[in-house]
Amino acid sequence: MTLRTDLAVIAENVAQGSRVLDIGCGDGALMAALRDTRDVDARGLEIDAHNVASAVARGLSVIQGDADIDLAGYPDASFDYAILSQTLQTARAPDLVLDHLLRIGRRAFVSFPNFAHWRVRLSLLWGGRMPVTRQLPESWYDTPNIHHVTIDDFRSFVKARGIIVENAWFLSGDTRTGAGGANLLAEHAVFLLRR
Amino acid sequence: MVARGMLDTPAIDPSAGHDADQRFGLARRVTLPGPLRLDGGVLLSPVDIAYETYGTLNADASNAVLICHALTGDQHVASNHPRTGKPGWWTRMVGEGKPIDPARHFIVCANVLGSCMGSSGPATINPATGRPWAMNFPVITIRDMVRAQAMLLDHLGVGVVHAVVGGSMGGMQALSWPATFPDRVKACVVIASTARHTAQNIAFHEVGRQAVMADPNWRGGEYHDDAAPTAGLAVARMAAHITYLSEAGLTEKFGRRLQARDAKSFGFDADFQVESYLRHQGLAFTDRFDANSYLYITRAMDYFDLAEEHGGLLANAFRATKSRFCLVSFDTDWLYPTAESRAIVQALNAAGAPVSFVELSSPYGHDAFLLDAPDLNRVVDGFLRAGR
Repeated sequence: MTLRTDLAVIAENVAQGSRVLDIGCGDGALMAALRDTRDVDARGLEIDAHNVASAVARGLSVIQGDADIDLAGYPDASFDYAILSQTLQTARAPDLVLDHLLRIGRRAFVSFPNFAHWRVRLSLLWGGRMPVTRQLPESWYDTPNIHHVTIDDFRSFVKARGIIVENAWFLSGDTRTGAGGANLLAEHAVFLLRR
Repeated sequence: MVARGMLDTPAIDPSAGHDADQRFGLARRVTLPGPLRLDGGVLLSPVDIAYETYGTLNADASNAVLICHALTGDQHVASNHPRTGKPGWWTRMVGEGKPIDPARHFIVCANVLGSCMGSSGPATINPATGRPWAMNFPVITIRDMVRAQAMLLDHLGVGVVHAVVGGSMGGMQALSWPATFPDRVKACVVIASTARHTAQNIAFHEVGRQAVMADPNWRGGEYHDDAAPTAGLAVARMAAHITYLSEAGLTEKFGRRLQARDAKSFGFDADFQVESYLRHQGLAFTDRFDANSYLYITRAMDYFDLAEEHGGLLANAFRATKSRFCLVSFDTDWLYPTAESRAIVQALNAAGAPVSFVELSSPYGHDAFLLDAPDLNRVVDGFLRAGR
């Protein structure tokens, strides 16, 4: 089984035997990989019932819930890592979700699609239409992504909040791009954060 | 070891040979000496437990799955009911190729304490008087039911259960298991249930109890030589039955359709199909259930508040256990709505317990857990298989 590229980056960088909370864990692909290859004690939160059923059916501990509502119930520093992959942009209050992430996990992985990728820019500039791309496949009216964010937006956001960026990875398709031109060239980004 | 009480129960398992262990099989009944110290302070002795087992206990006794039944359920989880002849109440979940499978699991289901299918309750004989206990039977709790089940597991040679599984009141017992015996449970499945009875839950039960007690045949519970309070018990069942269904489910099944007539009768017959249905449900219930048992078991459910048993904080109930948990609710269940399951999940999270939870969609209300629910089977199967 091949992991989505951003999940593979996270999987490679989670410490062996750690405790992980995967927020928006989908059908549990990352959790299963972490459990099977890194001996990780993984727990998940997922909004979609069918995804939860799939994850539980593969033996994972997953709770159906909404990141905007249900993170408040988790105790402080109860996980080594809190992971938010491709979910930040769907949150009603991404800033609060991020606060919870860094409260619940000693470290946090955050991955999101970069809205400043050149294809997105071109689509707006030349087409004058909201972009529909590989990373953002839905039309404006049915997209779950309600808080579009760019890599530079995110950088200034974490800086203003005094959040420490321990590491960052920038991805275009399956390949990595440098940090310098990332805001233009990366389709999505993965940040490793801590307070 | 053949326990007392076995001799008066016919062994109906045709596969059982002469030297087969009489503790195992269908339609078992054992009288254990006890005493069982009840939450109400009474010492109950002896303790009768009627139960069934399916499958074979493996060499290290590690494959036991205890199934806990609901308010009016019984031990016949996957075998025909002796009185109604109907198939077991959970054949969708228990059986060959099902999530709980006698080919892999040693399945135990016992009639709860206080019930009327063979376990000690108001309908069984009080050894002190030689007459049915009736209302002299001590008031029992969910935890008392669980302690009685533990006595049975001791008798069967099961120390730690691979899983305890239950829906509705069965879920209350399942939840009480790791709280009461933290080291005896490896996994706990709680379906369409709650950690406490709300004021609304108690209110509905009180309507049912008052219906029984208002029946002149009830006579303070001493009806065993005469007619039983069937009218009162039927009304109790009718009221309760409504809480097991959803408005959408009732509308789909009956709407405002009339029962075997073209026009309203301008009288008080069962004009509507839904009236006829409820009357039938009420009457059929009185054929198989004891009115006093209904009082005792609803009381036990109303007394249930797992947090209260643990210093007012539900998370405390789970701090000592290593059990994994799986909770399932149904979106149309207004008897034990999803919020009740969520409160349990939050407490388990706070206690650091591994927990899964999903709210499944069903039009059938609380009863959904007994009906065809493929996602429920998928979740329970995956959860049980994950246990090492």
